[in-house]
Amino acid sequence: MKGWIGKLIRVNLTEKTIKVEDLNMEDAKLYLGGRGLGSKYLYDEIDPTIDPLSPENKLIFMTGPLTGTYATCAGRFNVVAKAPLTGTIGASNSGGYFGPELKFAGYDGIIFEGKADKPVYLHIYDDIIELKSAEHLWGKDVFETTDTLLLENEEDARVACIGPAGEKQVLFATVMNDKDRAAGRSGLGAVMGSKNLKAVVVRGTKGIGVSDKFDFMSATKDAKEKIYANAVTGKGGGLASYGTEVLVNILNEMHGLPTRNWQTSYFEGGELISGEYLAENYLIRNKACFACPIGCGRVIKIPDGKYKGIVAGPEYEAGWSYGACCGVDDLNAINKANHVCNLLGLDPITMGATIACAMELFEIGAISKEDLGDELRFGDGDSIIKWTEKTGNREGFGDLLALGSYRLAEKYGHPELSMSVKKQEMPAYDGRAIQGMALEYATSNRGGCHVRGYLTSPEVLGIPMKTDPLTTEGKAGLLKLFQDLTALVDSSDICLFSTFAIGLPEISSMLRASTGLELTDEEFLLVGERIWNLEKLFNLEAGFTKEDDTLPPRLLNEPLTTGPAKGKVAELEVMLEEYYEVRGWDKEGIPTDEKLNELSLSAKALA
Amino acid sequence: MAKGIVISPDKCTGCHTCELACSFTKNDLFNPKDSAISVLSYDEAGLQVPMTCLQCDDPHCMTVCTVNAITKDPKTGVVKVDKDKCIGCKMCISACPFGNMTYSSRLKQVIKCDLCSGTPQCVKECPSAALEFKELDGPLHKRKNIANLFNNVFGEVAK
Repeated sequence: MKGWIGKLIRVNLTEKTIKVEDLNMEDAKLYLGGRGLGSKYLYDEIDPTIDPLSPENKLIFMTGPLTGTYATCAGRFNVVAKAPLTGTIGASNSGGYFGPELKFAGYDGIIFEGKADKPVYLHIYDDIIELKSAEHLWGKDVFETTDTLLLENEEDARVACIGPAGEKQVLFATVMNDKDRAAGRSGLGAVMGSKNLKAVVVRGTKGIGVSDKFDFMSATKDAKEKIYANAVTGKGGGLASYGTEVLVNILNEMHGLPTRNWQTSYFEGGELISGEYLAENYLIRNKACFACPIGCGRVIKIPDGKYKGIVAGPEYEAGWSYGACCGVDDLNAINKANHVCNLLGLDPITMGATIACAMELFEIGAISKEDLGDELRFGDGDSIIKWTEKTGNREGFGDLLALGSYRLAEKYGHPELSMSVKKQEMPAYDGRAIQGMALEYATSNRGGCHVRGYLTSPEVLGIPMKTDPLTTEGKAGLLKLFQDLTALVDSSDICLFSTFAIGLPEISSMLRASTGLELTDEEFLLVGERIWNLEKLFNLEAGFTKEDDTLPPRLLNEPLTTGPAKGKVAELEVMLEEYYEVRGWDKEGIPTDEKLNELSLSAKALA
Repeated sequence: MAKGIVISPDKCTGCHTCELACSFTKNDLFNPKDSAISVLSYDEAGLQVPMTCLQCDDPHCMTVCTVNAITKDPKTGVVKVDKDKCIGCKMCISACPFGNMTYSSRLKQVIKCDLCSGTPQCVKECPSAALEFKELDGPLHKRKNIANLFNNVFGEVAK
């Protein structure tokens, strides 16, 4: 079959063995690739109750059947492992150029097992695959590591690596690739660090074929035309003009921008951290990932200080976490803090939100000046840079921030001040102002996250149709659809942003032409539902229950005080009950046998 | 009149779509390494530069070719490699001062842009208009732009 390469690299770091094996094509047909197929391998091969940072965990890099092709935004790959921040299944995807290069080298994915006794990196150049010492790289930041590896190997190779944060197992460390792209959430960089695996260097010279050239070109042409014509993704559209930061003003205007650790939902300094302000004052030009017609990436200048230079600008989530959430309206400081995250390999969402939590803990007196060695107040731009550096290097109080906001707030007696779900920090959309997002956070299989079922799209942007963000009616069914479709998108491995313009019919057409799979649109959507339920099974077996499908008390009990959602809390209970029902799960949120049969799934060890 | 690919690196986003379009059109495979156009990155400057054959007036590749496999079409200006005549000696690759010819060990042939018989697919698919296919005898066009300004100021329409 085309689309896939059909080969997988299996590296046992303990034994220092490298094997190339055939991709499990039966599973590939059921789970496609990327997040889905990676999760299937993980589910089959590890015990969900293990310690995520133990050698028993596996770290899986997986591309999809569209990765590296001409399909829209097909530059992505997934990193999959049991996640250290949450203890849930962790799948995090990234763009850039690394994923396609792995396929050009002749492999759909890599599975890392065990733990190396000393730091190593994996070098792949087509059929040559070797483990090399990374002792000289240990301690180096992401940029220096990447530059050194390109010099030592091939200058046009691609590098995925961890920074000092991953080495030191910060619970929200990222796997970085092409310097500034990140498999950002859930701490998969810490898993890589726990295995003493510093980097993967890949260069490939082989091609990727598709099943039907004519159909594939016509399907991609159709998809691209829709992307070009769309107000969000098109030429001169929101993403191209202002990047993802375009959302700041939109969310702020509707009072849905969580501010000062979610105490309010409107940031008076919003204008100063917006995509418009970024474009006017810092933007050099746009940058696209591989095969992307949108180009939302920001190339910006940092005009002063020790990080002076031309670097990647913050995404909306990072602009928010360091900005509104920390009460900081100094975009220059936010740009620097975001760049430090890229250098050290940190998730800026969790980092910024954890600093915000620490700020509130300090302001209520739960953390003292003695604990910190300094004051830590909302609005202090220097502190977001300083504490990001200290967290990535685990220095002083940064060693505690490295555990994320939940463990920090719990230690100081206020777990309710951690704005997290399943210990992962929620991103930049207030669930009280956007009810659909409240349900999304509570039910996401990897904890607080916006890209598992992005209901902001209908609730705020009106895509594909406008829904009322203040009501709960129908949100469960809508969320299920978005979650299943997103799982399909993440497993074809194209960028979620393409779905502002294209949907199930376009994605299915590209998949059919690429792979030759003769599935209907509905059957492709069922692939997404299968993946969602598999992830759920993993989490149930890892010990998660209905009690964990919840939100921080602030969202459930403290009504918003301004804006259209004034007086509103997140009405989770009613939506959650409906959600379990539309999912075909029982009242405890456990998939019924009937549902599992329908999806050709079987639970391993559910008592 | 000869048309050529005009490159504007300031518009390039680095998506490498041109490489995919080229390799797929020529060989039915997505493979940037077998593309006649390549995008090079300069991270520190935040710049991406697409590079491809310039279809030179006096092509060094043509001069050094020992079997006369390379010819220049006087009408279109395209410098073309006759694959049947080519013996794969790679002299042309050494001779090109810009490195715009490469050799594919997979396809066992030199890779060089032939402007896709007048419809370069890389240009067609470029999402950011960093590549344009236009008349190279351009001075008149530039003059016309300036003349247009005069026209705007002094022409009847302006009055």
